[in-house]
Amino acid sequence: MAMEADELEKLIKESIPDAEVMINDLKGDGDHYAAHVVSAEFEGKTRVQQHQMVYKALQGRMGNELHALALQTSAPE
Amino acid sequence: MSDKPVSERIQSEIDDNDIVLYMKGNPMMPQCGFSAAVTQVLTMMNVKFKGVDVLQDGDLREGVKEFSSWPTIPQLYVKGEFVGGCDIVREMHDSGELKQLFDSKGVEYAS
Repeated sequence: MAMEADELEKLIKESIPDAEVMINDLKGDGDHYAAHVVSAEFEGKTRVQQHQMVYKALQGRMGNELHALALQTSAPE
Repeated sequence: MSDKPVSERIQSEIDDNDIVLYMKGNPMMPQCGFSAAVTQVLTMMNVKFKGVDVLQDGDLREGVKEFSSWPTIPQLYVKGEFVGGCDIVREMHDSGELKQLFDSKGVEYAS
């Protein structure tokens, strides 16, 4: 099973409305993505907390429909 | 099969060892690229760490995800604290934060 990049972006934005999401399909198979998420909501949070916010946005798909997601998160400059 | 709940096993493991890496495969033979990457970072930094192969134990594999509220493997713990997965470890390594963390926590280096 895999996931479309659009759906991935949509899910993230549903949970983190101000997020800027850049997605890269690493293998072209819809199953190994790299995502860079920038959001003011990440301000002051640890990397772990920021990544957890993104995982939460995916509502359990991580490890199921989505096999691998390389994450980079940051607050806006 | 151990009677102890997984969360207790995980807690003792991270309490008893400075650095614990829950991974797929073991440090000599990682079974996934992300686990291999973290193993490589730790080895390069020359710190002592315990690699735990979650592929050997289905309960443990699910247990660590619940324990840390983190859906993927590998997972790095330093002095009982969850530091992150491959992405975070790599970022921290590149920025020098990882070395800072190890030194501030006083972890043991391999000889």
